[in-house]
Amino acid sequence: MPDALLDRIAATRDLQELESVRVALLGKSGEITAKLKSLGTMDPDARAAEAPKIHAEREAVTTAIAERKAAFETAELDRRLATETIDLSLPAPDSVSGTVHPVSQVMDELAEIFADLGFSVAEGPEIETQWYNFTALNMPENHPARAMQDTFYLEPRTPGEEPYVLRTHTSPVQIRAGESQGAPIYVIAPGRVYRSDSDATHTPMFHQVEGFVIDKAITLGHLKWTLETFLKAFFERDDVVLRMRPSYFPFTEPSAEVDVGWSLEKGRRVVGGCEGWMEVLGSGMVHPRVIANCGLDPDEWQGFAFGCGIDRLAMLKYGMDDLRAFFDGDIRWLKHYGFRALDVPTLSGGVGA
Amino acid sequence: MKFSLEWLKQHLDTNASAEEIADKLTAIGLEVEELSNPAEALAPFVVAKVLTADKHPQADKLQVLTVDAGTGEPIQVVCGAPNAHAGMLGVFGPPGTYIPGTDLTLKVAAIRGVDSRGMMCSSRELELGDDHSGIIELPGDAPVGTAYTAYAGLDDPVFDVAVTPNRQDCMGVRGIARDLAAAGIGRLKPLPVPQIEGSFPCPVPVRIEDPEGCPAFFGRAVKGVKNGPSPEWLQRRLKSAGQRPISALVDITNYVMLDHGRPAHAYDIAKLSGGLTARAAKPGETVLALNEKEYRLEPYMTVIADDRQVHDIGGIMGGEDSGVSDATADVMLEVAYFTPDRIARTGQALGLTSDARSRFERGVDPAFLEDGLAILTGLIIDICGGEPSALERIGHPPIEQRTIRFDFGRTKALGGIDVPEARQREILASLGFALDGAEVTVPTWRRDAEGPADLVEEVARITGYDQVPSTPLDRAPGVAHPTATRSQLSERRVRRTAAARGLDEAVTWSFISEAEANIFGGSDWVLANPISEELKVMRPSLLPGLIAAARRNLDRGADSVRLFEIGRRYLGDREHPTLALLLAGDRTRRDWQSGKAVRFTAFDAKAGALALLEAAGAPVDNLQVHPDAGPTWHPGRSATLRLGPKTVVASFGELHPGLQRTLDAPAGAVAAELYLDAIPAPRASSRARSAYAPPALQAISRDFAFVVPADLPADALLRAIRGADKAAITAVRLFDRFQTPDGLSLACEVTLQPADKSFTDEQISEISKRIVAAAEKLGAKLRT
Repeated sequence: MPDALLDRIAATRDLQELESVRVALLGKSGEITAKLKSLGTMDPDARAAEAPKIHAEREAVTTAIAERKAAFETAELDRRLATETIDLSLPAPDSVSGTVHPVSQVMDELAEIFADLGFSVAEGPEIETQWYNFTALNMPENHPARAMQDTFYLEPRTPGEEPYVLRTHTSPVQIRAGESQGAPIYVIAPGRVYRSDSDATHTPMFHQVEGFVIDKAITLGHLKWTLETFLKAFFERDDVVLRMRPSYFPFTEPSAEVDVGWSLEKGRRVVGGCEGWMEVLGSGMVHPRVIANCGLDPDEWQGFAFGCGIDRLAMLKYGMDDLRAFFDGDIRWLKHYGFRALDVPTLSGGVGA
Repeated sequence: MKFSLEWLKQHLDTNASAEEIADKLTAIGLEVEELSNPAEALAPFVVAKVLTADKHPQADKLQVLTVDAGTGEPIQVVCGAPNAHAGMLGVFGPPGTYIPGTDLTLKVAAIRGVDSRGMMCSSRELELGDDHSGIIELPGDAPVGTAYTAYAGLDDPVFDVAVTPNRQDCMGVRGIARDLAAAGIGRLKPLPVPQIEGSFPCPVPVRIEDPEGCPAFFGRAVKGVKNGPSPEWLQRRLKSAGQRPISALVDITNYVMLDHGRPAHAYDIAKLSGGLTARAAKPGETVLALNEKEYRLEPYMTVIADDRQVHDIGGIMGGEDSGVSDATADVMLEVAYFTPDRIARTGQALGLTSDARSRFERGVDPAFLEDGLAILTGLIIDICGGEPSALERIGHPPIEQRTIRFDFGRTKALGGIDVPEARQREILASLGFALDGAEVTVPTWRRDAEGPADLVEEVARITGYDQVPSTPLDRAPGVAHPTATRSQLSERRVRRTAAARGLDEAVTWSFISEAEANIFGGSDWVLANPISEELKVMRPSLLPGLIAAARRNLDRGADSVRLFEIGRRYLGDREHPTLALLLAGDRTRRDWQSGKAVRFTAFDAKAGALALLEAAGAPVDNLQVHPDAGPTWHPGRSATLRLGPKTVVASFGELHPGLQRTLDAPAGAVAAELYLDAIPAPRASSRARSAYAPPALQAISRDFAFVVPADLPADALLRAIRGADKAAITAVRLFDRFQTPDGLSLACEVTLQPADKSFTDEQISEISKRIVAAAEKLGAKLRT
C-alpha cells in the first residue's frame, strides 16, 4: 500500500532516518527493489498488470523521499541561518569622496554656455609684459587707469629689463588671441588675475573671465544680447534683468558697466527680479586702437569685450559670502561648497549643480 | 564728486526732481553712488515762536516757555538757554523727535516738576554748527509752523557722482549740468564771466622755465583783500561737496575748482620773495605741502617756486609756507595748465592725491584759463574786496581744435541704436561739439573724444543704453561645435578624476614666501611690491601652498587631508600647467573592521599619480620609475616617472622629513606633482577603436617565484618576464614579496593567452623556460 509507505517516509525525523527508509525501500534489498525484481518471474499477463503499479509506487516513493529530504535541508539551513545574524546598523567601510573647487566648476559652466554660443576658451600668461597688460589695451604709460589698477610689478631679472607685471585683468588675452588666430574671434578667457589689494572683499589674487568677439558687423546690441543670454543661462533664471550704463574703460569705446537686478529670497540677495541693481561686469565695443594692436584693421573689424569676476559669479550663484575662503584650502569649506566629480555641467542637464 | 541740487541749479534751469536727475545721471554715465538729503534727519523741526518765558519755579538756570509751533495750541517747554525770551523765533522739536546732536529722542517729561513737551534747539543739537551758547534765533519774519529745513534752505539733496577718468569736464558742477541739459533735463544757463580791469601791473613777475610740464601760467594779484569766513551760501555749497570751509580765499579757489573743474592757487604775496617761476624741481629739493607733509622732489616734477624756495607741487598741492591766512592782504592768483602725464607721474611717485591732481591728470580745459581766472578774481573782489592787477599771461595752453570726420551711420553700425541724424547732431551740439557737415569739432574740454567711436558713445549714452536693441549673434546651423582644446579637455578630466579619487580641489596663492620658494629651488620671479613677505615670489612648485593648507587643516582637527590643485608653476622660461596632490594624516581611520588607523604611504601617491596621468592621456604602461625626485623628497622613498630617458612627467613619494622643520609639513605626508605640459599629445586617432574580439580560448595563469638581488627594482623583473614572450604573455602581476634566508623573494602571476589553439604542455614549458632565462639575466633565481 503506497499510503503506508508514504506515511513511513513522512514519519522520519531526520536525514538519517530518511536514509534508512530509503535503503529499506529502494536499496539493493529494499522492498520496492524486491517487487521490481519479482516482475521478471511473472508471466506476461501478470507482469502487464503489475508493472505499472510497481513503477508508480517506486515513483511516488522516490518523489516523497526527495521532498522530505529537501524539507529537512531547508529546515537545517534555516536553523543555521538563524545563528548567523549580523548587526547591519554597523558602519560600512568609509569611502572617500573628493570635490571640485567652485571656481573650477564655474569655469566649466562658462565654457559650456559659451561653447553653445560658438565661443572657444583662450588662455594667456599671468606674468605679462606691460605692453600686453596696458599699452596694447590703450593704457599708455602714465595713464591714470594704469595706476588705478593696483598693479603688482616684478623685479627685473636682468638690468634694464622692463618690469613684467602680474596681469591685472584677463584682457591681455584679447591681444594674444587676435595675434594668434586673426579674425573673426569668438573666445572667452578665464583665469587668475592679480591686484595689490587686500581687505574683507578683495584678495590679491582672484579670477576673471574675459569675453571677446571680433567680426564684421558686431554692435552694442550683440553685446547686450550675449550678456543677457549668458547671465540667464548661468543663473538658470528667466527673470534675470540687465541694465547697461555708459562708463569708461580705456580698451572699449563705447563702454558699458552692466548691472544685474537682484531680489531678496530668504533674507539673501539673489540674482533675478529687480528690487535693486548690482554691478557685475564691465564691457564695451573694442577700441579701434586695441583692434589695431591685435594686428587687425579697425576699419574692417569690430567687436565687443567684457570682463567679469568668476569668484563673484560663484558667490552670487552658490551663496558664499567670504572671498578669502576661496583660497584657504579648508576641507570643511571645500566639502560644503565644492562639487562632486560627476557634477559636470551640461546643456541637457543644466549648467548648475 | 559731490554737489547739491541748489548748486546744480545755478547752472541748470530745471524742474526735475532730485530722483529724476539722479536716474538720468546714472543713465548717461555719471553714476550716482548716493543721493542723500541732510534735511531728512531734521524734517520734524518747525519754526516756532516763544510766546512767554518765565523763570522755572524750582531752578535758577531754567525757564518755562510757552511756544507757538503753528499747531494752534501753546506748548509748554522747559528751556535752559540763556538767550530764550518772549517774542523770539526759534526751532522747535516736538516730542518723539530724534535730536541728532545729542543722540536722544525727545519724550514728554517733567523737568524739576514742570512738564516739558518738546525742545527749542541750538545749532549744535541739529548738527548745523558748533554753537551751543544758546538756542537758534531766527529773523522776525520766519513763518511760524513751517518746516525749518524748508525755511532755512536746508532741504537740498546732495548727489555723489562717480566721475570716470575720461570725463575731466564733469569734475565740475557746470560740466555735469551741461551733460544733463543735453540729456533733456533742463536748460544750461549762460555762464556770466566778469570783466576784470586791472588798475596796476601785476607786482609778482611770472616765468616758465619748464614749458613741457607747465605750458601756461595765467596770474593776477589782488591787493587789499580782507580774508575771513566765507559767506553762508558758499559754505553751504562746499559742505554739500564734503569740504570743510576754511577761509574766504581758500574757499573761493576750492569753489571754482568744484564749480568748473578748474583748480587754482592763491599765494600770500607777503610770504613770497621775488617772482614765481614754473620750473623743474632740483634733485633732492623738498617742499612742505599744505597737508603738513614734506615731499622730496625729482627733476621730472614741475614746481612753482619763488627766488628762495618751492611753494607749490605744480598742479597737485600748494606749500604750507605761502598759503593764505586771515592776515593775508595781498594775494597772487595762479591759474595754470599742467601736463597730464607729468601730473600723473608726479602724483604716483609721491603717493599724493588731491582734488587738483585728479583734475589736472585727467586734463583740464586748456581754453578756460582766462575765464577761470576772471571768475575767481570776480568772486574774490565780491567777497573779500581788494583791487585786481593786470593779467599776467605767460605761455600758451595747448589748445587743440580736433576735428573728427563722422559718418552718422556709425551710431547704428557700432552702437546698434537707430538715432536720426538730426537728433545726433542736436545731441553733439548740446554737448559743445561744433558741426559742419560731416566734420565734428571737439570742444576743448573733451580731451577724451578722439574718433568716431567716441561720438557714437556720446550719442548712445545721451539717447540711453536702454534703447539699444538686444541683438542675437549669428548662430551656425546645427548643433554647436565642440570648442575645447586637448589640454583643456585633459585638464577637466584630470580634475574630475582627482575629485572622484577622493581628493578635494584647493586653489592656493600663486605667490609664496621667498623662504618657501628657496626650499623648492628658488623663484625666478620676485614681486617688486608684494603686499606681504608671505606673498612675495611666484611659486616654482605647487607643493608649498598645499603643505601650508594641509597644515592648517590638521591644526583645525582634520584626521585626513587629501588635497590637490591644478595651477601654474612660474619658471624662468614660462608658466607650466601643473597638478599637485598631497595626502596627510590617516589614509584610513581606525575602524571596527580594519583595526588601527593606517597612514598614507608613497604607494598612495604613486597610485594617484598613475591614475591622473592616465586621465591626462599619458601612456602609463611605458612609464619608468627613476629614484631621482630631488631634494624636497625623501631620498629613499620618492621617484620620478619618465617617458623615455628625458621626459619627466611626474614626481611622487614621501616629502623630505626636513620639510617638517622648514615648512611645518605634516609628518609622513606624501605627495605627487604632475607636469601636465610634459605629457606628449597622444597620436591623433579616429573615433573608431581598433578591431577587437574577445579571445575564444580561456587564458591560463602560472606562478613564478624568484630570489632576486637586493637592489633589483621589481619593475625591472616584471618587464623582463613580460618581454620573454610578447605574444603569449598578456599580464604579469607581482603578488608576493618577502625575505627568505637566501634573499628577497618576488612572486609573480603570469597570464598566458592562447591564440587560436590551446597551449600544449610543451609550449607552456618552453615559455616558462624563457621566463626563467629572462629573469636570470637580472641575477634572479627561480625558487624551487
